[in-house]
Amino acid sequence: MRTRLIRFTAPQRLLHWLMAICILSMLLIGIGMISVVTPNYLTLIQVHKVLGIAILVLALIRLTLRVVYGAPALPSDLPHADRFAAVSSQYIFYALMIGMPLIGWGMLSASSHPVILYGGFHLPPILPVDPGLYTLLRRTHYCLALLLFALILIHFAAMVFHKMVRNDGIFETMAPTIGVRQTENRFNPKR
Amino acid sequence: MTGSDNNAKPFPLTALVTIAASVACLGFAFACTAGWLSSHRLTPNRMLRALDAPRGPALGHRRNHAKGICFTGTFDSNGDGAELSKARVFERGQYPVVGRFNIAGPDPHLPDPMAQMRGLGIRIVTPDGQEWRSAMIDAPVFAAPTPQAFFAFLNAAASTDPTAFRQYSTAHPEIITFIDWVRNHPRTESWAETRFNSLDSFVFVSAEGSRYVVRWSLIPWLPPVTIPPTELAKRDPDFLDEDITKRVAVSPQRWELVIVIANPGDPTADPTRAWPTNRRTVNVGTLMAQRIIPEADGPCRDINYDPTVLPSGITTSDDPFPAARSAAYRASYDARIAESSSYPREQKGDPQ
Repeated sequence: MRTRLIRFTAPQRLLHWLMAICILSMLLIGIGMISVVTPNYLTLIQVHKVLGIAILVLALIRLTLRVVYGAPALPSDLPHADRFAAVSSQYIFYALMIGMPLIGWGMLSASSHPVILYGGFHLPPILPVDPGLYTLLRRTHYCLALLLFALILIHFAAMVFHKMVRNDGIFETMAPTIGVRQTENRFNPKR
Repeated sequence: MTGSDNNAKPFPLTALVTIAASVACLGFAFACTAGWLSSHRLTPNRMLRALDAPRGPALGHRRNHAKGICFTGTFDSNGDGAELSKARVFERGQYPVVGRFNIAGPDPHLPDPMAQMRGLGIRIVTPDGQEWRSAMIDAPVFAAPTPQAFFAFLNAAASTDPTAFRQYSTAHPEIITFIDWVRNHPRTESWAETRFNSLDSFVFVSAEGSRYVVRWSLIPWLPPVTIPPTELAKRDPDFLDEDITKRVAVSPQRWELVIVIANPGDPTADPTRAWPTNRRTVNVGTLMAQRIIPEADGPCRDINYDPTVLPSGITTSDDPFPAARSAAYRASYDARIAESSSYPREQKGDPQ
């Protein structure tokens, strides 16, 4: 008899909720900062850069944990379409969590704009200065941000649906429970 | 749990309403943050539209100070600024500069004799990889005390309603002084005889952590030679370009970079107000223009002279303009860079 995860491991759950806050803040800061000319603009754009790099680092750690620890199996009675949506959205989320900061960093590089994280500490350019590339990356960054926000809304709706309608344990796999009553990698008596 | 259990349940109306309401709330919060629902927000794009000529922008060009010419050169730091700021650029040495001489206005073909204002953008790069970008103009003070007032001024000036400007100038009497300067200040022969001012204040931070609120000016080595108004009208539409090209071909043209330090209580947040003339000044070095290159294929073309790109040791102050300029310059940069094909890199009739 094989053991089966019924929840993501504690570090995975912690990262998920930490990143949920970071990414939601990031999207609101990003869409807000490009619409203002107040002194807040400079603060927002600076937070956007630092938080973007933080998300990139966290996403890489999270991807490593995902590969090492894996994920709980989806309920066996989940319809094929839902299963496909669940699996493909995970790939898209990882691609965006890692891709968006890189595109942002890349577009600043392509416009020869320095990426200053703090004081005199700046990141090196990762792409050559190229106006055409800048425009392409800037538009991509904007469209993917809208896509990411839409995906988060769908992800949120699905979470509430699984909890309130199906109550199939999917929400519990990532629930932000602090007291760990069940240990990870525990045998699931239902199976 | 099995599928048949689900089917036996009643239609989950409460759950679906909860989901729809929460998603709608999140979407609404996003749209509010984006400003999609507020027509009153002063966005960078609204600021740019206020700067546009009545028939719209010149595609591929800067939205303001659209006519310009590139130069390369150096900043020779004499080391005296190191006392005020820890930025590498103030350590004694020579640092490369890419700059742009320009005239104000949205028209890249504006005849130079009609220029109401002149500007200079510089980017100084230091070996530690840091940059100092600055965009200065020749006016002694700025037109409006805040970005919102500047926006209101642009709209009032462009308005067909004759009372609009009177209303603005009643609320902002400093605009009268500014317009008087624009109309009546003596025009010099050359950018090399023009003094350029930061107008906005910034903060210098020294190695010891002392903070100085400063403004700066580039003061030309050459004495100003004024063109009488009657003669100015007869000058060539590109006389400034031709003049600087000729002068720099003969010898580098120079300006002293002079830092002015505010006293406590000086109006650091309001660029329409000059500081008393007895404030301490420090001459920190010399800007040299060594080579002139037409803008179309020049190194300044794709540089955004964003005044908030600052090295460690210089930061923004309580002056609200650098942030507003950064936001508006970015929007201008994004627009013109995407329109690059409308402004060919190889100009017809280019002498080079």
